[in-house]
Amino acid sequence: MNEASVPVLKAEHLGISFGGLKAVSDFNMEIRPGELVGLIGPNGAGKTTVFNLLTGVYKPTEGEIYLYGKLINGMRTHETVAAGIARTFQNIRLFSQMSVIDNVKAAFTKDIKYGFGAAIFRTPGYWRTEKELDDRAMELLGIFGLEDKADAPASSLPYGQQRKLEIARALATNMKLLLLDEPAAGMNPTETSELLSCINTIREKFGIAILLIEHDMSLVMNVCQRIQVINFGQTIAAGLPGEIAADPEVIRAYLGS
Amino acid sequence: MTNRNEKKAGGYLLNTLLSAAVIVLAAMAPQLGASVKGVTILWQLCYFIILACSLNLVMGFLGQLSLGHCGFMGVGAYAAALISLAFQRAGIYTEKSGAAFMLVLLICILAAGLLAALVGLLVGIPALRMKGDYLAIITLGFGLIIVNIINNLPFCGMGGLSQGSAAPALYANGLGFVAKQLVSYLWIPVVLTIVCVAAMFMFVRSKYGRAIMAIRDNEIAAAASGIDVSHYKVLTFAVGAFFAGIAGAIFAMCSSTLSTASFNFTSSSILNSTFIVVMVVIGGMGSLTGSSAAAVLLYLLNYTIKNGKWVHALPLFMRQAFAYPMLVYSIVMVVVIIFRPHGIFGTYEFSLYNSVSELFSGKRGKKVPVKEAAENE
Repeated sequence: MNEASVPVLKAEHLGISFGGLKAVSDFNMEIRPGELVGLIGPNGAGKTTVFNLLTGVYKPTEGEIYLYGKLINGMRTHETVAAGIARTFQNIRLFSQMSVIDNVKAAFTKDIKYGFGAAIFRTPGYWRTEKELDDRAMELLGIFGLEDKADAPASSLPYGQQRKLEIARALATNMKLLLLDEPAAGMNPTETSELLSCINTIREKFGIAILLIEHDMSLVMNVCQRIQVINFGQTIAAGLPGEIAADPEVIRAYLGS
Repeated sequence: MTNRNEKKAGGYLLNTLLSAAVIVLAAMAPQLGASVKGVTILWQLCYFIILACSLNLVMGFLGQLSLGHCGFMGVGAYAAALISLAFQRAGIYTEKSGAAFMLVLLICILAAGLLAALVGLLVGIPALRMKGDYLAIITLGFGLIIVNIINNLPFCGMGGLSQGSAAPALYANGLGFVAKQLVSYLWIPVVLTIVCVAAMFMFVRSKYGRAIMAIRDNEIAAAASGIDVSHYKVLTFAVGAFFAGIAGAIFAMCSSTLSTASFNFTSSSILNSTFIVVMVVIGGMGSLTGSSAAAVLLYLLNYTIKNGKWVHALPLFMRQAFAYPMLVYSIVMVVVIIFRPHGIFGTYEFSLYNSVSELFSGKRGKKVPVKEAAENE
């Protein structure tokens, strides 16, 4: 089997119940390398729950998740990151008291090799690593136009830049699959179109697959290659953007019958 | 972006020079005619500084409230005292000087730290599954448990390693220095304090510091950035306990007797877990400079309230209030919380190099950019 044919992510019959409530059931999804897939649905449909299942925040009560063919069910969150899934959050979660560059550098932690001794005695290895990390972090910040804010506290950034910093931090984990949870929420049209070009840039530059949750339909229809719609935890439609826009089931879910 | 680390070399040089000067000064204490009383204050300041800084690692940088920190200090103090005693009985050293004794001392200090770290690890693994108030209660409980265990271990002298206790010979010639030695050995706690605070500083300015501050700021996001939250929590807890253990070793050196009453949650002296928390909060959570400064300030405040002649000159009602120093500290605490909610220093760290370069560039009429001043390494 060659690399290109193995799906980045494959979810099979994924489901979770909280007590008697089936939040998500029989969720199937396949994302191929470099693909950008949209996940949409009305509020409370279970979109973020799917993200939480994929990133190990919740343990699925049924079904399997494969990342490049490797079963990642039941992994803890930081282990799913090591396996190659990174995410952003619907309500921004930055390390607000830390500087912008340290937010990105914190996401390098799992890849840093030096240990206690090197950190405390400041060996040449420590300096070399830190310098390398600085350069890599600045490069990532550069993609989002945040270089000149590198030393500012993360909480001092305007809303749109905080969203971008969150994406930069997710990219720093060196992942294969990026999960974006409503990246355009609360953004004005200018910021949204900026975000759009950002998403395109990182797809070209890093060649990663992206799964996107979004309510901004123009954004979804513009960037997504495929869209999956869920409502009450069930997949009600999946296909190309044009098909989804015309699907009567989807229209009913959004507008009511 | 390539010169982010450039100015640090100058900073290291300055700090090393200053540290060397302080150590030389401390080593010359006998020649300078330092009094035993004054030197005792310095010894105590040393362990308070280490203690406050080490608790700040857990409270300020990791963001977890721990109310049992003095328990780890107790472990360190007893470990240092008992191990030195064992060496002495084995005849490795007979008097408290010479190379053999120094080696024993070094072993005792390291053992105190490592043993406290081990206990910290054992406490941290179950305790750090809790959060917030629950963690505070559980660490409070563990602090009491540690003290009670020490109290009931037969080889710990059953409640006190004092010369007047059931085993009088036990502590007669252990690690405790007599008055004259306190003066001549002042350099030991000074060196230890500088080394410990510097090591903690390096710790928080490395991947470890970034990881634990990320956990403090947002645990869920930290996990989603690939940081193993429970690993770094327990690790930091153990590191904090390690340095508390070294503070305990200093305590053992400058105390003629050891009693577990010294390591309790509350006590009539200022050496108790609650008061160390107060030091950290007043100094600023997330600032080692703040913890050191608050430790010194509060210690001296306590000292002057208890021993100062000026207290007698106060009006009667104030003198009566000052008979209960805890009242005064609570007022200090309330004032700080109202006017400086993030503590005196917040997360600011003093940097000798930056201050000096600011001073010089100020003379030349050149302003240091705000960005650099805020960054201060």
